Amino acid sequence: MTKRKFGLGLSLVLAAGTILGACGSDEETTTPKESEGTGSEGTTEAVDFSLAMVTDVGGIDDKSFNTSAWQGIEAFGKENGLEKGEGYDYLQSASDADYVTNLNNLVRRDFDVVYGVGFLMEQPIKTIAEQKPDSNFAIIDSIVDAPNVASVMFKEQEGAFLAGVAAALMSESKQIGFVGGMEIPVIERFHVGFIEGVKAVDPSIKVDVQYTGKFDDAALGKTTANRMYSSGVDIIFHAAGGTGNGVFAEAKERKTKDANANVWVIGVDSDQYEEGAVGDTNVTLTSMLKKVGTAVQNIANDAMAGNFPGGKTVTYGLAEEGVGLADSRGAIPQDVLDQIDEYAKQIASGEITVPETME
Amino acid sequence: MSNRVVNILVPVISVILGLLVGAIVMLVSGYDPVLGYTALWNGIFGDAYAIGETIRQITPYLLAGLSVAFAFRTGLFNIGVEGQLLVGWFAASYVGIAFDLPMYIHLPFAIIAAALAGAAWAFIPGLLKAKLQVHEVIVTIMMNYIALHTTNAMIKVVSDGGDNTGTINPSASLKSAFFESITDYSRLHYGIFIALAMVLLMWFILEKTTTGYELKAVGFNKHASEYAGMNVNKNIILSMVIAGAFAGLAGAMEALGTFQYANVKGGFTGIGFDGIAVALLGANTPLGVIFGAVLFGSLKYGALNMPNEAGIPVEIVSIVIAIIIFFVACGYVIRYFLEKANKKKEAK
Repeated sequence: MTKRKFGLGLSLVLAAGTILGACGSDEETTTPKESEGTGSEGTTEAVDFSLAMVTDVGGIDDKSFNTSAWQGIEAFGKENGLEKGEGYDYLQSASDADYVTNLNNLVRRDFDVVYGVGFLMEQPIKTIAEQKPDSNFAIIDSIVDAPNVASVMFKEQEGAFLAGVAAALMSESKQIGFVGGMEIPVIERFHVGFIEGVKAVDPSIKVDVQYTGKFDDAALGKTTANRMYSSGVDIIFHAAGGTGNGVFAEAKERKTKDANANVWVIGVDSDQYEEGAVGDTNVTLTSMLKKVGTAVQNIANDAMAGNFPGGKTVTYGLAEEGVGLADSRGAIPQDVLDQIDEYAKQIASGEITVPETME
Repeated sequence: MSNRVVNILVPVISVILGLLVGAIVMLVSGYDPVLGYTALWNGIFGDAYAIGETIRQITPYLLAGLSVAFAFRTGLFNIGVEGQLLVGWFAASYVGIAFDLPMYIHLPFAIIAAALAGAAWAFIPGLLKAKLQVHEVIVTIMMNYIALHTTNAMIKVVSDGGDNTGTINPSASLKSAFFESITDYSRLHYGIFIALAMVLLMWFILEKTTTGYELKAVGFNKHASEYAGMNVNKNIILSMVIAGAFAGLAGAMEALGTFQYANVKGGFTGIGFDGIAVALLGANTPLGVIFGAVLFGSLKYGALNMPNEAGIPVEIVSIVIAIIIFFVACGYVIRYFLEKANKKKEAK
């Protein structure tokens, strides 16, 4: 009998806990809002502008594409005295089905510009932009034709061309690898540009091209890189987001085992120098920058000034300094850098046109 | 305590325990659990939009759960829901795009195409199991990968090298203007009725037909069923095919309802794998699947609001949601203790 009472008592306590918890929650949610109100009045220098982004399944710590976009938003936020959560924020998507919801959640929080980062966001942005004609959106890597959507495209092939030139000039084994994520138009531009760059220097160099089919599988990236390095490849360029982290892991492992191992990685999107650090040395040859962050900031600045480029497509290439190579920090000697610069100038001036697709 | 009280008490206590432990996790990692759970609650029931989206999320879970549960009743472990769902998804989208028919033909056609595609995909492991005793777990898992990459390739063919089939014709769409208007443009679609009808259908097949009786008998004891004169092989194949059809329908929900297109995927949707948990939570009964799907769908969808409203990182949210589900799945342990306490009382 005592046990029964104890059991009943226990469940009552638990039940009361949840019910009271629910009561408490109402107060909890109202108070921070009030304090927020006073907070924004207090900080006068903060501008009245807010922005937020939705990531694809990679998340903002993919150390390349999403990271780059988020850094742009963070930089803009700090510059303008905004606070995370209120002035700028991001939502990460767990699956394809979450894009629309996450976009909608941000629209409801009244962000002035909501960014969809990645081509996967194309349809969701299209849907939401129709439903919320009064909100402004921006999409990276895809074109959405709607009056309230600004589209941002990059000429990845131009940056990748330079990466290809660098790889071809630096390769000792004359075998180079390319690890792609999914076989989609964006990644194909990296692929094509890279091969064109290699060919421009030495058409006899063999490029081993592998698509992993995924952007978030570092283990798969590692095995792919392992196979490439074992077959004699000495430089791998990856355009595979989080999967590419596995390429770095494999190169670093080889470098740790044998300090003289000739393995290099060319990073993508962000400057991935820190990814490649092994003790005092580094396996990062250079990184092909895709300045998503800059593009994000430019749109935010335009929008803040009242010139939101809705319905327009902005394309960033070498001429616009939207793509390029990162500082190699001594990994590439000066004479090679000079040659790369030469190619860069020719592309920027239009003397060399890098194709977008395989033909 | 009577059996009925125990039956109600067990899930209630498990949910509460799960919430409590989840709260501790949030507290330890420096986030406010009250704020977190409020966000979760608002994410599920907060407004019309949230409720609409929650039901939208529950819809494929229902069908995925049914698929696993149905095969399980015949003693088969259908890990292939994911693959069957993907082929169903593609089939429904393809029919939705390629044909231009009046709605009352087009929509059923697309739905049936999805069910048939899923059924065909499940027929292979069923056949191999029945004829050659190849374990269905291995075959269905491998069929998942085949489905993923085959559908990706086919989407490329259909879209001329693109990554998206394009939007289906409105005549094949399950989209509901009415639901949109009452739920502030959520993606809630008529598919929920199909899913619920399938729950009823599964109950009917299993409980009211001779075939269902045979399927269950094979699940209980293959050898006894064979001795009793039932065709075990036929029943194994039939069970897989029906399970596959349910999974294919789950794909149709995504194709015709939520997304309105099929796109190239980098990985699995996760719905099929969660379907296993949904079925097991629901003890493989039709009613239980509803419970499991509602729990899973609500938590998965509501969890999206936790980073949004309460600023809790996704990683912590995943842990909290996993803990809640873990405790619900542990219902047996709680039942064990309740019954033990009960017995002691009776002894006194």
